[in-house]
Amino acid sequence: MIRFERVWKRFPERGDALKDLSFELASGEMAFLTGHSGAGKSTLLRLIGLMERPSRGQVLVNRMNLSDLPPRKIPHHRRQLGMIFQDHHLLPNRTVFENVALPLVVAGMTRKEIGKRVRAALDQVGLLRFERALPITLSGGEKQRVGIARAVVARPPVILADEPTGNLDPELSREIFALFERFHDVGVTLLIATHNIDIIERMPYRVMRLHDGRLEADSGGW
Amino acid sequence: MKKPLRSRARQQRSLSVRLDAWLGHHRDSALLTLQRLSKAPLAAAMTVAAMAVALLLPASLYVLTDNLKALGGYWEGSAAISVFLQPGIEETTAADLATQWQARSDITRAQVVSRAQGLKEFREYSGLGVALDQLTENPLPVVIAVNPAPQIISETQLTHLITGLEQITEVDFTRLDTEWARRLQALVKLLERALWLLSLALAAGVLLVVGNTIRLEIENQRDEIEVMHLVGATTGFIRRPFLYSGAWYGLLSGVAAWAMVWLAVVLMQIPADRLAESYQSVFHVRALGPLASVLLIGGGAALGILGSWIAVEHHLGTMRARR
Repeated sequence: MIRFERVWKRFPERGDALKDLSFELASGEMAFLTGHSGAGKSTLLRLIGLMERPSRGQVLVNRMNLSDLPPRKIPHHRRQLGMIFQDHHLLPNRTVFENVALPLVVAGMTRKEIGKRVRAALDQVGLLRFERALPITLSGGEKQRVGIARAVVARPPVILADEPTGNLDPELSREIFALFERFHDVGVTLLIATHNIDIIERMPYRVMRLHDGRLEADSGGW
Repeated sequence: MKKPLRSRARQQRSLSVRLDAWLGHHRDSALLTLQRLSKAPLAAAMTVAAMAVALLLPASLYVLTDNLKALGGYWEGSAAISVFLQPGIEETTAADLATQWQARSDITRAQVVSRAQGLKEFREYSGLGVALDQLTENPLPVVIAVNPAPQIISETQLTHLITGLEQITEVDFTRLDTEWARRLQALVKLLERALWLLSLALAAGVLLVVGNTIRLEIENQRDEIEVMHLVGATTGFIRRPFLYSGAWYGLLSGVAAWAMVWLAVVLMQIPADRLAESYQSVFHVRALGPLASVLLIGGGAALGILGSWIAVEHHLGTMRARR
């Protein structure tokens, strides 16, 4: 589903963030991405979402070479990805419902369909009763779950999460990971960058460790 | 993954669904931006006022030239023709001619100015009083002052009337003072040229004002735009609300400028009435016609959209570059 072929990413101000990175993530696979801060986890995810372009090498998503993708097609590419961020990127002046609905609105769905899907997604993360609330009234864990609902509402085949539990206590973190497992169960491909070693070590999934932009250890794959 | 083959019916359905959603987003953008405007009425009013003033200047200059044109035509039509009769024609003959002419459909009034009266007026206006006293007899011919009928408006009609009068045997020559009318015409032409140049400069001003306002809106919604990008919004989708914002500013300022012009016309009507009264006639100050009104308001909206488009293109571009 996701394939990196000898990918390098160089930033003019801080040198090589990724060095000669190659790996493949199968469709429906769930994997964790670990490593110290600045090891290149976020950069890797940003390359998949085309917020960055590789300096060398190729990134393929769903057999599509992203270097062949013209800029005007980027929005359509991103609609296949559900992206979750540490600081959740919610819009403070929109309700929980409107935040979650955003990917469907930009994809041009009708109101009726949007209502159904948003409620289903909120139900999945257990926040249906907060539909009309503004994000500021929610706790950190709740906000993150709204972010997850937004990422999955359009039912994308791939979910990318960048430190989704970075600001949460262990209890809430476990809840979030349990949610991810549920998406894994229905066949979604997940790549989750995290520091939460305690939790992921107890889970039976592939772990890829980055160190200074290189893949230092990989518990699975090819 | 291969996409499953879709049936034609499903494709059509999906097209109509997408069109529906697209129209829905247009409606939502229009309403949302109007709502935002009403939430910060003072800031919006300032922008609208600045744009309205910029639109008002060419609009009022247009009304001015339009009225000058109307006035020119109006006065030209009612210009008096002085018909000088051959020397030696007596005033009784002149009176007969005047009565005859007054019956014509192209003449409203024909009045004999007697030789004595002519001399008196000449003495008063020329300042040659003492010199004229030296004359033993009155050298002036009899004059008939002719007012053309109101339907004689164009220059060709007027010329036709004059040449007709000059062919009458008793008539020596005629004089029509149209010099001022020609000058007025030249002035109107000059004003029209100025109007175009001013319109161009002020249109650029309107673009700058709306562009700057939209730039601030983009800055305020930086985070929102970022998130929109991340969830797969196209540039067109992100641009749309800003274009509506610009359209509202333009539309409102067009309407405001129109209202101000209308108010000015109403205020001008009172002194215009008084002026016309002193000429024993009626003159209606012309307001903006339907076409000019549509042009003003529609032009305002179009400038709003254009200014907003330029701002969005520029600032979304720099946002992308910074990321």
